[in-house]
Amino acid sequence: MFLRYLIIFVFLLPINSFALIEVDITRGNLNPLPIAVSPLFSDKETKSNLKKTNEKEDIGSEISFVIENNLKKSGLFNPLNKDSFLQKPDIAHLKPRFEDWALIKAQALITGKVTLIDDKLRVEFRLWDVLAAKEMMALAFTTVPSNWRRVGHIITDKIYERLTGEKGYFDTRIIYVSEEGPKTKRIKKLAIMDQDGFNTKYLTLGNELVLTPRFNPTNQMVTYLSYFRNLPRVYLLDIETGIQEVVGDFPGMTFAPRFSPDGKKIIMSFAKDGNSDIYTMDLENRIVERITNHPSIDTSPSYSPDGKYICFNSDRSGYQQIYIMKSDGSNVKRISFGKGLYGTPVWSPRGDLIAFTKLHKGKFYIGVMRTNGKGERLLTENFYQEAPSWSPNGRVLIFYRETKTDEKGEGFSAKLWSIDLTGYNERLVDTETDASDPSWSSLLSN
Amino acid sequence: MNLNKIFKNSLLIILACFALSACAKKVSTGQLQGDVYTGTDTVEYLASGVPDRVFFATNESVLTTKSRETLRKQAAWLRKNSKINIVVEGHADERGTREYNLALGERRANAAKDYLMTYGISADRISVISYGKERPVDSGSNPLSWSKNRRSVTVKAN
Repeated sequence: MFLRYLIIFVFLLPINSFALIEVDITRGNLNPLPIAVSPLFSDKETKSNLKKTNEKEDIGSEISFVIENNLKKSGLFNPLNKDSFLQKPDIAHLKPRFEDWALIKAQALITGKVTLIDDKLRVEFRLWDVLAAKEMMALAFTTVPSNWRRVGHIITDKIYERLTGEKGYFDTRIIYVSEEGPKTKRIKKLAIMDQDGFNTKYLTLGNELVLTPRFNPTNQMVTYLSYFRNLPRVYLLDIETGIQEVVGDFPGMTFAPRFSPDGKKIIMSFAKDGNSDIYTMDLENRIVERITNHPSIDTSPSYSPDGKYICFNSDRSGYQQIYIMKSDGSNVKRISFGKGLYGTPVWSPRGDLIAFTKLHKGKFYIGVMRTNGKGERLLTENFYQEAPSWSPNGRVLIFYRETKTDEKGEGFSAKLWSIDLTGYNERLVDTETDASDPSWSSLLSN
Repeated sequence: MNLNKIFKNSLLIILACFALSACAKKVSTGQLQGDVYTGTDTVEYLASGVPDRVFFATNESVLTTKSRETLRKQAAWLRKNSKINIVVEGHADERGTREYNLALGERRANAAKDYLMTYGISADRISVISYGKERPVDSGSNPLSWSKNRRSVTVKAN
């Protein structure tokens, strides 16, 4: 499956380095950059050939919609209405008439061209600085036609990186738990989809309860909790082959799994006689190590990106709080001291922040704090929400939210939401069914 | 005249009382003591007179007086029916994070298991499973519903 996604970079035109446009992503962006995404041009021959391959005829236009949708959802860009465009896509791609684009207030312009060569799709695009009247970037990709959505995501990543100076998060996937049925008898399945909600695939049938899936660093494996045969255990699933196995041979419930940053270990909780502690299992030599040993609940472990530290959730103080320790279990330190209960700590991929769920006075919050517990910021408040997961560039959090039921106990729903680290740009994430426990992959390309 | 008026008024008062008590009854289906459920609405029975579940306070796994009474009844019944094995399911309400609730459910199930063991039920006959907040019995989003969901349930395994 992943081989199919392999993309060949054909050429890389020299990039001018005196671009003027810059997008600041460190603050809430209230003035998103006006950008014109011209439909990627394809000639008649390409269109008729594409029709024969069972793909959409005007793939160029479709790709531009993918790019536009990504840019819009990032909250940093304001894609302009295509009806206002004055120049034709093919001519604009060769040499834009910058005055025309400036007239509709575009500051950046994306143009491109799609051709079909020997059943391979060749997509090229250019990013232009309208006010400086300069080309900022030009790239081309060759891939199988069925990969066209992914090309749109990769192009968005390139544009995002060029304009913000940081890696994008568009060529990524989300693994989550799909939910159906009444609240008292929920049916749950593992599901995987592109970051923008397309290409959903279901990885389990719903015969047993499944919870908390998480990707490994290469996005090929998933670790999750399954109630297969009514024995709640941590499992490992190879997405490509569909092969599943139980992680370790524990005489009781294992749960709250995550991979270590090098992908070699799984860290999780093991519950015995009413006490949950944190363990790791090495996936190569199967050696199990006990990391915490305390008569309280220790769960929700998450490694720092360098693998040297672990943050986790414990009620050793009497209530749920966030702690950090060295990866061998030494130097345990509590870091959450605000009012309320804290859970689900997740270390940011940049290493500087820990995202968490907080419960205070009957409300649930998603927030972040520095790794020493200082600088707590609450990003969003709701009746119920939890389980943040970071975008690979550490700029966006995805989490799930549940609704309060009415007097009859009806109206329950669970949905995925995302919010920027700035606390702005809160958005519902499209899913085919109700959804919970999202986990964001790393970038699939590069 | 006066008497008639008094009679009328008292009748009204009596009617009002009826209305109130009817209303009150409707609102409080089930009772709470502190935030622990003490009603019998959702309770099923292992055997005649032996309730299958006990309830817990928010974030707690301490057995209440009523819980211990229920578990003693279960233990007595299990001693008489020595061929029956049981599963104790531990559950939490929806007002907690999923992973912590799994641990909390396990702790609650074990609290019930330990108590049954002190009343002579062998550990071999009792297995535990935590469902965290995954299997509520009441889908409401209010304190009474939550109190019904914070429970451990003793289920026959064979």
